[in-house]
Amino acid sequence: MKAEFVSPGPEIFDLPPIFTLAGFGVTKPMLTVVGGTVLLAGFFLLTVRRAQLVPGRYQYFGESVYGFVRNSVVLESIGAQGLRFVPFLATLFTFIAVLNIAGIIPLLQFPATSHMGFSLALALMAWVLYNAVGMKHQGVWGYFKTMMFPPGIPKPVYVLLAPIEFFSTVLVRPVTLALRLTLNMFAGHLVLVLFILGGNYLIFELGGVVGIGSGTLAMVGSIGMTFFEGFIQLLQAYVFTLLTALYIGGALSSEH
Amino acid sequence: MNGNMNMIGYGLAVIGSALAIGMIFAAYVNGVARQPEARGVLQGVAILGAALAEALAIIAIGLAFALK
Repeated sequence: MKAEFVSPGPEIFDLPPIFTLAGFGVTKPMLTVVGGTVLLAGFFLLTVRRAQLVPGRYQYFGESVYGFVRNSVVLESIGAQGLRFVPFLATLFTFIAVLNIAGIIPLLQFPATSHMGFSLALALMAWVLYNAVGMKHQGVWGYFKTMMFPPGIPKPVYVLLAPIEFFSTVLVRPVTLALRLTLNMFAGHLVLVLFILGGNYLIFELGGVVGIGSGTLAMVGSIGMTFFEGFIQLLQAYVFTLLTALYIGGALSSEH
Repeated sequence: MNGNMNMIGYGLAVIGSALAIGMIFAAYVNGVARQPEARGVLQGVAILGAALAEALAIIAIGLAFALK
């Protein structure tokens, strides 16, 4: 009697604690976040230390990441007045990228951002920032006025439009920002686990020509999916950064 | 075999989002092809629109796993 295949579900994200620290179980994503922070801080310290006019290898790489955020995210979506947000957005981009890429690094293989808490904290940071920027730039009343009552629309429509705009800007944006990142990582990790567990089951449990043949196909497919997942992870870091930049840009522009 | 009917529902639910995102990026490609210099402006608008359309699919996958 062959064992039945049990498909992986959301329970694979409940990782057992690696060790206990002052009553709290420390899990893999927590360590990934700490490791990622140290890695990024070390990387950027390495790139800016002894900065030269003709950049070396590390400096060149660091500057191209920073320049990417500066030129193709901030300048294109906010404009020159958004340049003071580049350090925050570049940090956000690289931090999310590192946490996401942890999902395809062998032996680590768990995207820390697939846990809601980490992405929600990042999204709340962006939420506080763009609301504060809008209130500072246009005044509290002016910010809500341009958000909820954009000019050039027939008066009765405001009854519908104002609450929708308020909910969309104040409540839905941070939630979707966090959910988009979390669930993309969640679904991607689930697909990878499904490919690998399924291939494992087909080869070792089912056996035979059909089992080993299709299992090998699934295993080879999982390698392809890993590269695709890496692409998705970088794309999601970019989307998160771009959306934050667009929200900041929207808060900065008083005419809408 | 085990599984969950929620996933079939999810597949049906994302048809709308998929069509919306496809139309948004089709319009973006058209716009860039006609006016390559407008690329920067169009990119932001396209990604923002796709993010709004995608939010429904994202909420749907969350509910597909959350609802029993």
